[in-house]
Amino acid sequence: MKIMVAVKRVVDYAVKIRVKPDKSGVETQNVKMSMNPFCEIALEEALKIKESGLAKEVVAVSMGPSNCVDTLRTGLAMGADRAIHVEASRDLVPLTVAKLLKKLVEIENPGLLILGKQAIDDDCNQTGQMIAGLLGWPQGTFASKVVFDKEKQVATVDREVDGGLETLCLDLPAVITTDLRLNQPRYATLPNIMKAKSKPIKKFTLEELNVEIKSDIEVVQVIEPPKRKAGVILSSVDELIDKLKNEAHVI
Amino acid sequence: MEKLRATSSLRRSLKSILNRQLSSVSEIRYLNGKRSCQPTFNLIRDHKNLGEANSIRYRCFSSVSTVVQRNPSFSTLNPDDISYFKQLLGEKSVIQDEDRLETVNTDWMHKYKGSSKLLLQPRTTEEVAQILKYCNSRRLAVVPQGGNTGLVGGSVPVFDEVIVNLGSMNNIISFDKVSGILVCEAGCILENLISFLDNQGFIMPLDLGAKGSCQIGGNVSTNAGGLRLVRYGSLHGNVLGLEAVLANGDVLDMLGTLRKDNTGYDLKHLFIGSEGSLGIVTKVSILTPPKLSSENIAFLACRDYSSCQKLLMEAKRKLGEVLSAFEFLDIQAMDLVLNHLDGVRNPLPATMHNFYVLIETTGSDESYDREKLEAFLLSSMEGGLISDGVIAQDINQASSFWRIREGVPEALMKAGAVYKYDLSLPVEKLYDLVNDMRTRLGDLARVIGYGHLGDGNLHLNVSAAQYDDKILEQIEPYVYEWTSKHRGSISAEHGLGLMKANKIYYSKSPETVKTMGSIKKLLDPNGILNPYKVLPHSLNS
Repeated sequence: MKIMVAVKRVVDYAVKIRVKPDKSGVETQNVKMSMNPFCEIALEEALKIKESGLAKEVVAVSMGPSNCVDTLRTGLAMGADRAIHVEASRDLVPLTVAKLLKKLVEIENPGLLILGKQAIDDDCNQTGQMIAGLLGWPQGTFASKVVFDKEKQVATVDREVDGGLETLCLDLPAVITTDLRLNQPRYATLPNIMKAKSKPIKKFTLEELNVEIKSDIEVVQVIEPPKRKAGVILSSVDELIDKLKNEAHVI
Repeated sequence: MEKLRATSSLRRSLKSILNRQLSSVSEIRYLNGKRSCQPTFNLIRDHKNLGEANSIRYRCFSSVSTVVQRNPSFSTLNPDDISYFKQLLGEKSVIQDEDRLETVNTDWMHKYKGSSKLLLQPRTTEEVAQILKYCNSRRLAVVPQGGNTGLVGGSVPVFDEVIVNLGSMNNIISFDKVSGILVCEAGCILENLISFLDNQGFIMPLDLGAKGSCQIGGNVSTNAGGLRLVRYGSLHGNVLGLEAVLANGDVLDMLGTLRKDNTGYDLKHLFIGSEGSLGIVTKVSILTPPKLSSENIAFLACRDYSSCQKLLMEAKRKLGEVLSAFEFLDIQAMDLVLNHLDGVRNPLPATMHNFYVLIETTGSDESYDREKLEAFLLSSMEGGLISDGVIAQDINQASSFWRIREGVPEALMKAGAVYKYDLSLPVEKLYDLVNDMRTRLGDLARVIGYGHLGDGNLHLNVSAAQYDDKILEQIEPYVYEWTSKHRGSISAEHGLGLMKANKIYYSKSPETVKTMGSIKKLLDPNGILNPYKVLPHSLNS
């Protein structure tokens, strides 16, 4: 079985985000970029499945400008066998990503598609669900545990939902999106980094895949949330009541 | 990165650890004129009453031959003094509350405890000057205090000295974006300065594990070293100016912001590293390097110490200008960290290696630095210098590597009693000392070696379940003599404080120390500033 993992290059999780002065978006120049943490978890899960003998190959996929290759190299250094880079010059919305993934799935024929549940830059949480819909595959999103049954070709997925945990049984091929508690991604060791240099990265263009990237969504404005006002230390209960009544108007 | 705050929760958990692990406590009584004790060192073994919840049972130790006596020429506080301070500083800045005094009287390691009855928190240089002028005229001894994170007992009183804590003087005065020169008050916490500068695109030239609590005035007064010294140099090079108050209340305004100023004797260097014994630093002007965008960090494993050394030489040559940190820890240190700290992962879980090295590079071009580091590491691996290693792929992974290295002191505290030594030695000989100590101590205790290999600075720590003079005898004075024989420093960056006040002769000649004594007499004739510390007690008589 082949596993395909979609990874995204985003602003590093630990960086302090700044909004661009023209409010068109977030500052990404000269800012540390890394693989989306949920995508790391997805890749780790795929590698674990391969190591347990249930899969033969792990293919990492990323879409975007040429620096996506850095993220794919990280994926290869973690242990992925091959990588695919879809060249696109603009930011892609989840629906476009899902359509592109559908084309790639038709080419590669994986038995399992694993993605992170959402990207930390747009927090959309849509791509996994959309691709499952387009392909007509079952989906297990927010996975916190995945168990495979090779003979029956099913995956049992524990999902983290608001009320607790929901367990689903999915027929393969299926789409799984990963949540934080699924696993702890491995570090990229030097021997693997060395091996990664010789692993192939196949490039596709949008024309080759024949997908239209016209988006129906336009980002109008990006602004910071209003700054929190500093707290005030009060000296007596009377003062508290006065403030609650006259300033906060809650009593 | 971990904030090493001496919070009450850490202290409480430490107290319970002490009460559980110690079965014998050595209590050192500092002699003063009022208590009628024997004139020699008083060692009391106290097996009972460890469950007292209200008092901190602290462990102290020092060489059995050290006698610390309260200087009879210092006065004691009287109510007039208190009312003077209250009038000068206001009620809120004069603290006599027992609980707060308990905190400021005890050092971070809970090894030293004074019995000061008064804590003052001035808010301006003028207030500091008035305090010192008054104390000088009344012959009241004073301890300048910052974040109280020092490791040699230099930040807490020995007897009843008045504590002058600069924590309330925490304003950033100015910052020049073009030159990167920061002027701030001495009470600014290092981490806050780092955050401020981060917004401006700059960084502080020093970084240490205690950054969440330590203050820049203390860093300057102790010439703190830290993790980035190999790249940015020591504070003697980065501090452009400072303002200090002398013992008699005179304010020395040397707060220049010039890179070059050759007019007369450069007195600020006296205050940098004199540990508060020549004057109280109230303002600092420091040159800050620009924040470079690309940071890469690798965690490596080496088979033996000579590989670590060769790796250092290669790193300095091949990584050159981008190398910003080179730290090492041995297998015992790694073991300790993995066992005693939460949330720490071994980056190389396959096997335990004898030595671990952490290399950090900082530069302006991400891909260029990355390629350089990868090429260097891969060739080192092929050359057999490295057995295994990982490169951090994002900031979180980088922080987790630093957590391991910066967490060693904390892990040592949790493991029980620790004898700490901070030595500068020639790099080739550095680890020989650790091996010698292991042979000497045998089963008595565990010897751990780690430190700033890039600067030739070894942090030698001996860890045992409890303090025991048998262990101490094997360590001191052997460790100092060993260091002295190789012309090393018995205190690379921690300073002398109280712990090594009488040890200076191991690293400095008698004539040099005599001259230091003359300078101290000149700037502080009554000896009120941080007495009993830094210089040998014999100089005072």
